[in-house]
Amino acid sequence: MTIDTSIVEESEELAKPSQAPMTGVVAARGRGGFGRRRAGGKPPKFLFMRNSKAVAGLVILAFFLLIAIIGPWIAPYDPSARSSDVLQPPSWQHLFGTTHLGQDVFSQIVVGTRGVIIVGFVAGILATAIGVIIGVTAGYIGGLGDETLSVLANVFLVIPQLPLIIIIAGQLPSVGGVTVAVVIAITGWAWGARVLRAQTLSLRKRDFVEAARANGESTWRIITVEILPNLTAIIASGFVGTVAFAVLSLITLSFIGIGNTGEWNWGTVLYQAQAQLALQRGAWWWFVPAGLCIALLGMALTLINFGIDEFVNPRLRSTGVNAKSLRKRGIRPRIGFTPVVRETDAPRTAIAPHLAEHTEPTDAARPADAARPADAAASAEAEASSPTSKGARA
Amino acid sequence: MTLTTPETGARRAPADDPVLEIRNLSVDYGYDDDPVHVLRDVSLTLGRGEVLGLAGESGCGKSTLAYAATRLLPPPGLITGGEVLFTGRDGRKTDILRLDDQSLRESRWQDLAIVFQGAMNSLSPVYRIGRQIADGILAHRPGMSKADAMARAAEMLELVGISPDRLRSYPHQLSGGMRQRVMIAMALALEPQVLIMDEPTTALDVVMQRQIVEQIAELRDRLGFSVIFITHDVSLLIEIADRIAIMYAGEIVEDAASLDVYQRPRHPYSSALLHSFPPLRGPRRELTGIPGSPPDLAKLGGGCHFRDRCAFAWDACAALAPRLTAPDVADDDPRRTTACLRHEPERVAAAGFEAKPVPAELAG
Amino acid sequence: MRFFLRRGLFYVITFWAAVTINFFIPRIMPGDPVRALIARNQGRIPSEAEASLRILFGLDQDTTLWQQYLDYWALLFRGDLGISFTYFPTPVSDVIAQALPWTIGLVGIATILSFTIGTLLGTGIGWRRGTWADSLLPISTFFSAVPYFWLALIAITIFSVTLGWFPASGSYDRSLIPMWSWEFVGSVIYYGTLPALTIVISSISGWILGMRNMMVTVSSEDYVTVAQAKGLSERAVMFGYAARNAILPQVSSFALSLGFIVGGTLVMEIVFSYQGIGYLLFTAVAAKDYPLMQGIFLVITVAVLIANIVADIAYGILDPRTRQEG
Repeated sequence: MTIDTSIVEESEELAKPSQAPMTGVVAARGRGGFGRRRAGGKPPKFLFMRNSKAVAGLVILAFFLLIAIIGPWIAPYDPSARSSDVLQPPSWQHLFGTTHLGQDVFSQIVVGTRGVIIVGFVAGILATAIGVIIGVTAGYIGGLGDETLSVLANVFLVIPQLPLIIIIAGQLPSVGGVTVAVVIAITGWAWGARVLRAQTLSLRKRDFVEAARANGESTWRIITVEILPNLTAIIASGFVGTVAFAVLSLITLSFIGIGNTGEWNWGTVLYQAQAQLALQRGAWWWFVPAGLCIALLGMALTLINFGIDEFVNPRLRSTGVNAKSLRKRGIRPRIGFTPVVRETDAPRTAIAPHLAEHTEPTDAARPADAARPADAAASAEAEASSPTSKGARA
Repeated sequence: MTLTTPETGARRAPADDPVLEIRNLSVDYGYDDDPVHVLRDVSLTLGRGEVLGLAGESGCGKSTLAYAATRLLPPPGLITGGEVLFTGRDGRKTDILRLDDQSLRESRWQDLAIVFQGAMNSLSPVYRIGRQIADGILAHRPGMSKADAMARAAEMLELVGISPDRLRSYPHQLSGGMRQRVMIAMALALEPQVLIMDEPTTALDVVMQRQIVEQIAELRDRLGFSVIFITHDVSLLIEIADRIAIMYAGEIVEDAASLDVYQRPRHPYSSALLHSFPPLRGPRRELTGIPGSPPDLAKLGGGCHFRDRCAFAWDACAALAPRLTAPDVADDDPRRTTACLRHEPERVAAAGFEAKPVPAELAG
Repeated sequence: MRFFLRRGLFYVITFWAAVTINFFIPRIMPGDPVRALIARNQGRIPSEAEASLRILFGLDQDTTLWQQYLDYWALLFRGDLGISFTYFPTPVSDVIAQALPWTIGLVGIATILSFTIGTLLGTGIGWRRGTWADSLLPISTFFSAVPYFWLALIAITIFSVTLGWFPASGSYDRSLIPMWSWEFVGSVIYYGTLPALTIVISSISGWILGMRNMMVTVSSEDYVTVAQAKGLSERAVMFGYAARNAILPQVSSFALSLGFIVGGTLVMEIVFSYQGIGYLLFTAVAAKDYPLMQGIFLVITVAVLIANIVADIAYGILDPRTRQEG
């Protein structure tokens, strides 16, 4: 009853990246960048930490988390306090300028970080929990229950979320941050559930799960011990995507005036700016910083998801060498036209000893079959259904 | 050359009429400063009309050799040296590695076609197979009409034993064996002089393997093309190939007529490989398998790469890398070669090691 | 056929679910804001309209829930969505009917443009990976991370307030009378350009990234290598084999993310004060015009469902495997 053909295919495709041990090996063997040398016995998460995109994302996210915690103490002014410095452009007194009431925009943003982060994470955790419960259940039980849950998830995917959030939030008598988070979670769990269902479905057919079932292990144990650990990357990426979605939703809601406008967050700053005609007054400082903060946080989340995606799907990795140095060597990586570079005369001869006939090759690095065209990248084809495509769009 | 009058009759040409010569081909994998050297100075000659078998364990570089020789190796594969000379019917030689994109496109499929490992994925799922056969023809016959190309495609399907009304089928409507036949039909559509087949039967069941192999042999006799047949299954090669080259760790270790390889292997690895497959015909013999596993290229040192798994290795093997030479066995076919220090006593002695004779097992 | 039957059934279920959600939301919310509004407008609301509102918002406590539900469906099939309080006493359906063409024109055209251009760019970037084209990726990451409406704010600041190239708000020159004249149509295009461009720029990166990733994945498929081995032209391989297969998941993700994109673009209308559904929703929220809000949600959902059906048909045409019998 679901989008049947596509889902079945996805489950096949998704089957591949999940085998945690294999992923580790493929990643370790990878095409360059990510710490091939020490990869041997380390668990995969350290490999993930060596992905520069993921690290950049995590650092930015950590920065905002810090601001969210200490924001109210480091804000130079009370964000709601009026002053006589009306509509001042940025200066050393007011880093991001002031509003029409003389409020300090910098303080509003610093203090408002907490609301954004809380809503993002609460909604992310709730939606991920719902998604895991529904997705894994549907994928594991199969049959009619699966059909029903899949339809439910697909219905929530197709129904436009933002208008739904607006009509729910708009009819609540008072809307605090946590309420908004709950509403966002209720409407935004479906994507994660869909991907998790497809993945669970394929895991269920895998040998090690079959074996566990044949051994008479309890369903609960099979799900928690055999299946969930293999879903970690997808759950993580779904969580990150949902946080991004929740942040955008909160800000959009605040911007159109739903929710408590007295509670500072980046959206309410933009709401004030829009309502007070900051555009027409040329007060760019009023709305530019908030937008850049949203963009920065959103990019951080997207980068983390890129990292997860590349970790799971080595094919997406760049070749590990930047385009410039390739051009310099005359290499144009193309499908179907393997570059021919005769570097025997170049200084590189030093590290290409096999070209000199009597020298023994000593520095080859990886197992020979890494070089077989078919299997080097044989692991993952999943990104059509990968959770990040949503995060990227969110 | 016209499409409708195929050259008939097999010509088991002597090796001095080569159609494809791979010389000192070297391939790296990885664009960074520390690439894997997957192929090192590999040379191989394919005679006109000949079926050359290329065998070795998974990961020995046999597929890489095929892909590199056709420049189809995907990134981050990199050809770092050597030449691949193709000799046309008119006797003109071209180096495939030096062709520009346009000439390479023109040469492909027409001179040299390739059948890939997985027939499952070799056909695009969204086009009918007729179209997929025809577009290859049309790309090289600009003047040809679509209808003629389809007619030719139908003819090719019949040639491989598929009903021409299958032209309108999509790949998912065909069985695995049929898809592999479609691939063969597609590859032969322009009557290429060289057909490279990369494990064309690996994904098929034994009965289907048999049929396909027999069909290739029969088509070769009728159309007279040359074949490079890549597989890990040596016993299959003995059935079909005129000559067999055995690869190990990115190098060719033995190259000889297929009966010679089968009955008189000169390299310890060839011998071990033969003993790990049941023979298709003839007396039963004991299967032994090869101790150990293929070398981890990260730990490849100097010397012979097979020495750790070899029953005949001695201290010279760690220091000297063997070269492809004629075996040190009297009355052997002078054209066969092998890379083992047991066959290079003078070089071993010159390097100051004790020269050891060819063991009886490898001199029979 | 089976594919389309199943999809058809799915859309029926989704439509039913959307209507049912719409039915229950006002009933489970605490408080009775609509009753208060009716009370305030006592005597001015025609009795028939008041009856509709009672059904829509569940104000009749004496009837069973099931009866209310049946009455609700009956109302919907008559196209009766109640009356709007903001545009009192115009029926909600009339108010929406006036705004809908503007949104379909703006959001529809901009979304199709964005999908088409984004997919083409993604095809190129994915095909030439490891070249300069990869440097477009961080830029598109940035654009995918900012909210649509904020880009609209920036666009207005630059192109309307600073440069004065485009009007900052509205959908046509108010001095003109809406009619099919060159002048009026020209004015609509002139006013619509900046919002449309903003929608394209803010939503395009998702399509670029999606298609790029699919191209990268599909490029390593054997059939692409086979196409190269056949000596087909670069164009034939890139479009005929790689992109032709990569587009399939792109179309399904188009269907799935429509709801999200529409949500984002609706807010864009608010920033541009563009007289479409999104702006209407904003007015309804600000004025607590519940009947209008509910009606807009239903209409948007139906519109997204229809777009989904179109995307499904496109997918069915593009992928022969869906047409398989059995």
